[in-house]
Amino acid sequence: MDPLSEYMRGITRENPIFALALGLCPALAVTTSLENAIGMSAATAFVLICSNVIVSSLRKQIPATVRLPMFIIIIATFVTIVNMVMQAYFPPMHAALGVFIPLIVVNCMIIGRAEAYANRNNVPYSLIDALGIATGFLIALSMIGGVRELFGTGQIVTFGYTLITMPVDPSITTMILPPGAFLTIGILMAIVNYQKERKRARGG
Amino acid sequence: MVEKELFSIFMDGVFIKNFIVIQFLGLCPFIGVTKDVKSAAGISAAVIFVMTMASMATYAIYTYVLIPAEMEFLNVITFIVVIASLVQLVEFIVRKKLPALYRSLGIFLPLITTNCAVLGVVLLSRNSAYDFTQSVVFGIAAGIGFMIIMLLMSAMREKTDFMRVPSSIRGLPMAFFLATMLSLAFVNYFWVIPI
Repeated sequence: MDPLSEYMRGITRENPIFALALGLCPALAVTTSLENAIGMSAATAFVLICSNVIVSSLRKQIPATVRLPMFIIIIATFVTIVNMVMQAYFPPMHAALGVFIPLIVVNCMIIGRAEAYANRNNVPYSLIDALGIATGFLIALSMIGGVRELFGTGQIVTFGYTLITMPVDPSITTMILPPGAFLTIGILMAIVNYQKERKRARGG
Repeated sequence: MVEKELFSIFMDGVFIKNFIVIQFLGLCPFIGVTKDVKSAAGISAAVIFVMTMASMATYAIYTYVLIPAEMEFLNVITFIVVIASLVQLVEFIVRKKLPALYRSLGIFLPLITTNCAVLGVVLLSRNSAYDFTQSVVFGIAAGIGFMIIMLLMSAMREKTDFMRVPSSIRGLPMAFFLATMLSLAFVNYFWVIPI
């Protein structure tokens, strides 16, 4: 296995949001702004990387019959750590993400990687896989968050810097309300599918 | 007074804070199991059941075990273990005592452990400091709201299955467009009704 292609696989062919449709709850709920999307991706990435490494290093010790409860407990431990760290050092971000930080426990993407990859591969490859999936998750969430913030509020403000401004009627807030999330992911997914079909038609 | 409060918690759970289209909890079954009405109804029934049981069990454990031991920070780990064992227990009891129900719910019960809506309802009622009755009402209400959306969504997907749409929209993107309309209806409709 080539490490670089293992890494890229998480971003393109097995992108958790656009290709596998896993971990949709946080991807839609907290992406009202680019900043929240990045914060959520960082928290998820930490849990995913730690759980993949620990599961992979314990894969010979964990009996196959109780592996799912073991994975859930490993993941829940790291979620508790991330929850307490964010509460202590980033209180505004913790308040914005709310209940979705503890809910990383039941993110099917993380348990899916533990079961499908970390349980069968060695530690370095599990780390690379986790990094790739986390990058893919970050890209997908940033796209959704960026589009929603731009069309919902007319500007993208991230950590105090105004990146883009656009004249949008501020009374139309549909894009940062729940329907906007479904609409954005639907359109982005359709674009991804369209590109995939064109690539296949060209024989790629 | 108390009854009105319970009623408003109920309406909150079913419509205003609907778990799927407003709070985005439980999207995996919403997208994955709404291809036909029958399985949608099956999983919703199982979810209502588990949500109610989980609300009761986690309230008791949080109040009588975690708070006296001053270990509230362990709530996520405890709740997920409680939900997982509860699902196992429910599956076991239903299989022994109600074989007919088991045949219709059977395959959906294990899936519910990793359903974020169940952990979500439990964490939200702990965050809002609901008492026992309020937690149970909120659990039932959230389950009913879940069921309404699952049934509407699966009916819409069955109807639109044979529509002629561009091939890149077929499947998941189409499901998300339908969800947009459902969510739009819920956001705007239930905002104007003062409860």
